Amino acid sequence: MRTVPARWLALRAVAVLVGLFLIVPTLMVVPMSFNGSSTLGVLNGDWTTRWYSDLFGDPRWRAAAANSLKIALGTTALSLLLGTLAAWGLSKGTRFGELIRGASLAPVVIPPVILGVGMYTVLLRWELTGSLTGLVLAHTVLALPFVIVSVSASFAQLDPVYERAAMSLGANGFQRFVRVVVPLVAPGVVAGGLFAFVTSWDEIVVAIFLTDASTRTLPVEMWIQMRTQVTPTLAALGTALFALSTVALLAMQLLRRDES
Amino acid sequence: MTSPASAVRRAPLRAVSGGWLLALPALVFLAVLFLWPLLKMGQESLTDGFSTYSDVLSSTVYRRVFWTTAATAGLVTSICLLIGFPYAYVMYRSSRTTRTLLLAVVLLPFWSSLLVRSFAWIALLQDSGLINQTLTGVGILDEPLPLIRTQLGVLVGMVHIMLPYMVLPLFATMLRIDDRLLLAATSLGASPWRRFVRVFAPLSAAGIFAGALLVFTISLGFYITPALLGGPRQTMIGEVIADEVQQFALPTASALGMVLLAGTMILLGIVVTALSRAKERTA
Repeated sequence: MRTVPARWLALRAVAVLVGLFLIVPTLMVVPMSFNGSSTLGVLNGDWTTRWYSDLFGDPRWRAAAANSLKIALGTTALSLLLGTLAAWGLSKGTRFGELIRGASLAPVVIPPVILGVGMYTVLLRWELTGSLTGLVLAHTVLALPFVIVSVSASFAQLDPVYERAAMSLGANGFQRFVRVVVPLVAPGVVAGGLFAFVTSWDEIVVAIFLTDASTRTLPVEMWIQMRTQVTPTLAALGTALFALSTVALLAMQLLRRDES
Repeated sequence: MTSPASAVRRAPLRAVSGGWLLALPALVFLAVLFLWPLLKMGQESLTDGFSTYSDVLSSTVYRRVFWTTAATAGLVTSICLLIGFPYAYVMYRSSRTTRTLLLAVVLLPFWSSLLVRSFAWIALLQDSGLINQTLTGVGILDEPLPLIRTQLGVLVGMVHIMLPYMVLPLFATMLRIDDRLLLAATSLGASPWRRFVRVFAPLSAAGIFAGALLVFTISLGFYITPALLGGPRQTMIGEVIADEVQQFALPTASALGMVLLAGTMILLGIVVTALSRAKERTA
């Protein structure tokens, strides 16, 4: 038998502790949301779905959920439209391709607080603060880079032979796009769409700047509540947000796997 | 990109249509809703000339905030490196299955909402939270430990969020290390520790550098986590900017934003230059 050196055991112990540090707080909200005690963080052994009925019964949370959903769907649609076209164009190898690609990724690296101030300044002038349209525009800026990366990955694997075959069979540009290109890059587009949806659904910083009392999203409403008191209802909301993002991201992983 | 098909592809398809035309809507959109807001913010910060900047940069309150921000980012970066390096190393040395599991453990929090995770930390760290309940319940403590609204609370919450940004570049760099170099060191009689210090650590330097700068840069702009887990003494620049906007002090908020933007851009410039140099060297 191979002897395992003590330092390797020590390293593994460190990795396990770090792993627990990463995973336990992430999953904590789930048991907390089903816990019977009305003080958050006290696990008294009673299980209940009361916090979920509180959550789903409250018109304020329902309004916030409706706002979040509308904004996330709008963001998904707009960023898919702009992002897919851009990724298609970039896949054709244009002169300033690298520059365009770099520029389109810029919103990811700018601190969201700065984007929040900048967009607030501009949207205030256009009278779009506190409107769903304003948030869709802002979230599209944040989601677009992810869509472009995801769809570009599909285009990079698209064999141009298919498009040329269609061309030689007499298909025009539009037919080639709809009948050949779209079905082949569809997994990347769907993955990009899911990414855009989750980006908007979880976004909090820019939303704090741009929402008012009637357009608050779920994260903003949660943030406002959290600053006064943390309740088990918030744990239920956290679990719901977590579940939705996880489903979307797992779907995205499956799509990526199919592709490669 | 290196498939034989891509070599043939350029000529016939470029003639079909100009690619930049398809990218144009996205570029116009970003110019109007990304670049223009940043320019407007710059203009806003100059509403009263440079006096806003000199006020901001000379005020002791803001100076303290700048210092807290840099110090917090520095501490978060150090802790992430300290615990992220062994983690990435174990990932690198593990079997395929263990590696996938360890990677999943990093990616799951990476993808889940920052707000929900900060919420979980409040529930764990607050005076009536799980940690204090356990400690007082068992009888180790009579009074709850002050964990929330402290520097410790901010650091724990931020490290939890930033750790994946450290582990992923480190792991990627370690994967590129040529095993034969390590074998050579062993066959030349290097002890495992010496092999680590003289061969492995220098070869993972690029990952350490990229990870550390990434973590530091992103940490500078934090707003939500320090606001929820820290006290007034832990206020970071992101929170101050948001507060100034809420009080309609747009020029001050913009000037602070420009200072943060400048810091971020300089650091990112260093990362990009260093990474492209590293790529040239390996290519």
